[in-house]
Amino acid sequence: MSIPENLKYTKDHEWVNIEGNIVTVGITDHAQQQLGDVVYLELPEVDDDVAIDEPFGVVESTKAVSDVLAPCNGTVIEINEPLVDAPETINSDPYNEGWMIKVEISDESELAELMSADEYKKFVEESE
Amino acid sequence: MRYLPHTKEDVSQMLADIGVDSIKELFKSIPAEFQLEKPLDLPNALSERELVRALTELAGKNKVTGFDSFVGAGIYDHYAPVVIDHILKRSEFYTAYTPYQPEVAQGTLQALYEYQTLVSLLLEAEVTNASMYDGATGCAEAALMARRVQRKRDKVLIARNVHPEFRRVTNTYMVNSLEDIVEVNYGKDGRVDSEDLANKLGDDVACVIVGHPNYFGVLEDLEALSEQIHAAGALMVTTFAEPIAFGITAGPGRFGSDIIAGEGQSLLGAMNYGGPSLGIFSTRQKLVRQMPGRVCGKTSDTNDKCGFVLTLSTREQHIRREKATSNICTNQGLCALSAGIFLSAMGKEGMRKLAKLNLSKSEYLKNKIRELDGYELEFSGPTFNEFVVRCERKPAPDVLCDLYGMNVLAGVDMKNDYPELESHLLINVTEVHSKAAVDKLVDALASR
Repeated sequence: MSIPENLKYTKDHEWVNIEGNIVTVGITDHAQQQLGDVVYLELPEVDDDVAIDEPFGVVESTKAVSDVLAPCNGTVIEINEPLVDAPETINSDPYNEGWMIKVEISDESELAELMSADEYKKFVEESE
Repeated sequence: MRYLPHTKEDVSQMLADIGVDSIKELFKSIPAEFQLEKPLDLPNALSERELVRALTELAGKNKVTGFDSFVGAGIYDHYAPVVIDHILKRSEFYTAYTPYQPEVAQGTLQALYEYQTLVSLLLEAEVTNASMYDGATGCAEAALMARRVQRKRDKVLIARNVHPEFRRVTNTYMVNSLEDIVEVNYGKDGRVDSEDLANKLGDDVACVIVGHPNYFGVLEDLEALSEQIHAAGALMVTTFAEPIAFGITAGPGRFGSDIIAGEGQSLLGAMNYGGPSLGIFSTRQKLVRQMPGRVCGKTSDTNDKCGFVLTLSTREQHIRREKATSNICTNQGLCALSAGIFLSAMGKEGMRKLAKLNLSKSEYLKNKIRELDGYELEFSGPTFNEFVVRCERKPAPDVLCDLYGMNVLAGVDMKNDYPELESHLLINVTEVHSKAAVDKLVDALASR
């Protein structure tokens, strides 16, 4: 299971890449493994607001439907449109081509709550 | 249908197995003061013979024959060939439950898939579901679907000439956002008034719901409506209550309908005092994930053999719960099957002939009424098998009453649903009306 060092993680298995006040969000390798083959993805629109711990999108696999939660408050500035047409990329490349949305955040201090790669690794192992 | 009651021995055995002395003991958790200690106040059971006789006498009070009825208004008198019952009443179909387990329900699933396909062909639609309850709830669900698809647009425009019951049910489904429903008027041709529509369209409108044929029996100019509606960024929802029309006129899918919701009762060959009904629901492939209801798909099994299965279940509430596209968790399985058999038996040629027959009989009656004094055809738009007549000599209710005395049910008094149509009758003619019956109606009207 891959857990890149340079990213932050949420308890709902989203990864967060922080670049100043812009964050990129996707779901982790662990999450895509649990889900199975992803067949459908619903994303918000650009300029939509997202709220911390609230769903911004939905990922659907052959066996389950799962909300994807926002790690922070902010506004969507970009969405990964090609991903909507090829949702299986979430399985093959969850951290790069599998990015879902970019959010402009209002309060960088919200990100302090996120887990580091080591913390997430421990979190996943403990919940197994 | 088989009924296998328990014998006394069965009951004793079961009680012994669970260690209980009597059935009464199973209810001991209910306080004594709530338990009924005497028999129910009902007459004694009748013998089978007495029962059949009593019900036959009761049924005899219905007047079934000896009348010519020209009443349509959403439920139509069409004839369904007896061959349908030969297939429909086979117990494998008749008693089948919902096909949740594809491994034991391929017959039902294939039949549903074929129903969906035949309806899609008839309506020229891309995808059709396994059916809703009826046209009215289908219309309501279409409005909700449009609002979901058009995320920042909430308003639902609905033409006044859409079936009144479709509109009332839509209001019920949107009872907490009635301010989002806006009515659009009709013109002298009986079609949607495009000027009124233009005034009401805007970037907050999710969809416009029209009827085709509409409640007045008039066929809209769907191509022009589609242009006007889509230019404003709204979806076009086309409703109908008479699908036989599409045997001769283009299906609503051809002219830009994004969602189609209609009543399929005409395909069932029986009016049955208003039910059961058949909610036909179709949409574009790209909107399929927002479509409510069950949908059957074709796939292959692990041995690469063709198979059918209920699919796209993540739209439904047993998976999505409060985020489902609807709370419906059923379909009109038997009626959908019946309609599928009907369409299959009729085929393209049969449907065309049937529709032509309806149209020509209706035009014959319209022409005869045109020649009468004191009756006017209210709307100038093209109609299929139903149209509105203005009664000028006597008020419409009196005309109805007089003709009832002559064993003719002349139509529907429109005033209750359309106060502005004060003395108007909605008259319907189908293939079941003989020329003699139609001539009798004309003579009866002339004599009043």
